[in-house]
Amino acid sequence: MYKYDQYDQQMVDTRVEEFRDQVRRRLDGSLTEDQFRPLRLQNGLYLQLHAYMLRVAVPYGTLNSQQMTLLGDIADKYDRGYGHFTTRQNIQYNWIKLEETPDILADLATVEMHAIQTSGNCIRNISSDQYAGAAADEIVDPRPYAELLRQWSSFHPEFLTLPRKFKIAVIASETDRAAMKLHDIGIQMVRNAAGEIGARFFVGGGMGRTPMIGPMIRDFVPLDQLVTYCEACLRVYNRYGRRDNKYKARIKILVHELGKDEYTRQVEEEFAHLLTQDIEPPLAELERIKAHFVDPPFEAGASDDLDLSDPDFRLWVERNCAPHKQAGYIVATVSLKPVGGIPGDATSDQIRLMAKLARDYSFDELRVTHAQNIVFPHVRKADLYAVWKALDEAGLGTANLDMVGDIIACPGLDYCSLANARSIPVAQKISERFGSAEKQAEIGELKLKISGCINACGHHHAGHIGILGVDKKGTENYQLLFGGSEGADTSLGQITGPGFDEEGIVAAVETTTNVYLRERQQGERFLDTYRRIGMAPFKEALYG
Amino acid sequence: MVEVQFRFRDDEIAGDPAVTVDAFLTQTNATAVRIEPGDDARALLPFLERLQLIEVSFPAWTDGRGYSSARVLREAGYQGELRAVGDVVIDMLSHLRRCGFDAFAPEHGLNEADAQAAFERWDNVYQATGDGRAAIWAKRHG
Repeated sequence: MYKYDQYDQQMVDTRVEEFRDQVRRRLDGSLTEDQFRPLRLQNGLYLQLHAYMLRVAVPYGTLNSQQMTLLGDIADKYDRGYGHFTTRQNIQYNWIKLEETPDILADLATVEMHAIQTSGNCIRNISSDQYAGAAADEIVDPRPYAELLRQWSSFHPEFLTLPRKFKIAVIASETDRAAMKLHDIGIQMVRNAAGEIGARFFVGGGMGRTPMIGPMIRDFVPLDQLVTYCEACLRVYNRYGRRDNKYKARIKILVHELGKDEYTRQVEEEFAHLLTQDIEPPLAELERIKAHFVDPPFEAGASDDLDLSDPDFRLWVERNCAPHKQAGYIVATVSLKPVGGIPGDATSDQIRLMAKLARDYSFDELRVTHAQNIVFPHVRKADLYAVWKALDEAGLGTANLDMVGDIIACPGLDYCSLANARSIPVAQKISERFGSAEKQAEIGELKLKISGCINACGHHHAGHIGILGVDKKGTENYQLLFGGSEGADTSLGQITGPGFDEEGIVAAVETTTNVYLRERQQGERFLDTYRRIGMAPFKEALYG
Repeated sequence: MVEVQFRFRDDEIAGDPAVTVDAFLTQTNATAVRIEPGDDARALLPFLERLQLIEVSFPAWTDGRGYSSARVLREAGYQGELRAVGDVVIDMLSHLRRCGFDAFAPEHGLNEADAQAAFERWDNVYQATGDGRAAIWAKRHG
């Protein structure tokens, strides 16, 4: 994985100093809270309902064990002994003191980490495929391109006060595991007819209150023009994105209002101009970055045998593991969704244990997934049982990846000042209702996602089943959506009808799965059945 | 008129007051113009030779359109003074410099020491922005 050189380290250290100075000016009154707010947000520091929340960047979701260990230590030293992994592949801490944040950032800088641009109206932490570098189906490792863009977007002086936040994802396989088309810019690395690698650009996707699937605006950007093309996309947005209404300020609205063709024309015009400005790093820089992402020293001829005689282990392997490109290895996902638990939360001890296991069994690497789980990307099959045993003893052995218990949920009204309704208790109740492994196995793949307000941080539009918490005359009410998907077949969910109260929404999910079990044909997932039979049979059961 | 607090040029400060873009486009002798966030900086490109001063207005520092205006002008070869005016705050200064601003007239005077620290904050930069500074990637590959 990427290792900082003196320059990268200096940039992060300088940011710590800058932020320490900003906090000093806030505390001595030179900055009002209104003036300080955008500055602290660009360092990932939110003021929530009860305390400050600090969001730490995990670039493209990749971590080493030293970094992961420190994340656990920070949870003990500055928070309440746990952290929350997020849908942006980051981690956030919910009980932070403003005065201590410069010290937290200084601690993070010792392991090449930071909280730069994890919030605010700027280019956010770039996300990627959590199986990058391990997936059997990728054409290249997408992370070197994400790292190139991480550096380009960090402190980019022109784009720090955009109309609204800006999210970029980079993937390199047809199977989209990063919800790429639901980003402001989605980049898919592709190979053209001549065999060259380049970037396909999708611009103007997003969730929020106006969900949109990003249209493709360019089929192929050569690697020596990648930064320049991004800069053109951003400049058109910075100049013409709406600033009169924050709910219409994302780039998806600009692309929608101009039309894809006109937006593309403007980008191409700006791109042609910027190509004359020499702003593109040389390909040698990309090669330098790529050298950090070479394969770890896999053991040649490692055995593909797995002893599956332990039924619990067998279930976990079937549910939580994915094929690896290297014979004898496997990709293992640690579910942070135990029955009745808070999606994405892990204790400091659990975080440190995962760090240790990654060091010992996964070439020192971990990934955070946008579904709020943790991945060991490179586990030797011969070691897998030992890994699972250690996880299971620590409460991390849940076998439910992509099943109804593997819920994505935003922090909701338990923490967030924007929320209209609580998300976590609903997630916990659904998780308990479907707690039995047999029941989940019977239902199979079912991605359930919960947001506590229309900002859609819990990705409810993209859930096979989505739940949206709203405020209905002072009480929490939950709308139900079906048919969203974030994969290569990206689609947006449709609302079923009137909402439910907290108990009602849990029952409604069960009613829904019952209809599915009754109606499904051989091999169909919930999503497939819904797409085939439509809303009507479900509506009848829910409201009939 | 708000005073220029920081200036990184040796020439004389232009005497003429800045006019709006609309007024500028109908006047043949104006040498100073003021761009508001919604103005298209490219409308000025045919006239860069005679311009001595372009003010870029920041009614609110969180509206970043002025940064793009500045770069568009510098990329087109504008050599005159590029002045940031309005709600210019400490934490913008180094980024404004990088986009080509060489004069600053904040509506509320800034603490001198804090401003100097901000101007000098970044020894290295990740991007090439046409301000003459070598990006980190250029230093890496000398």
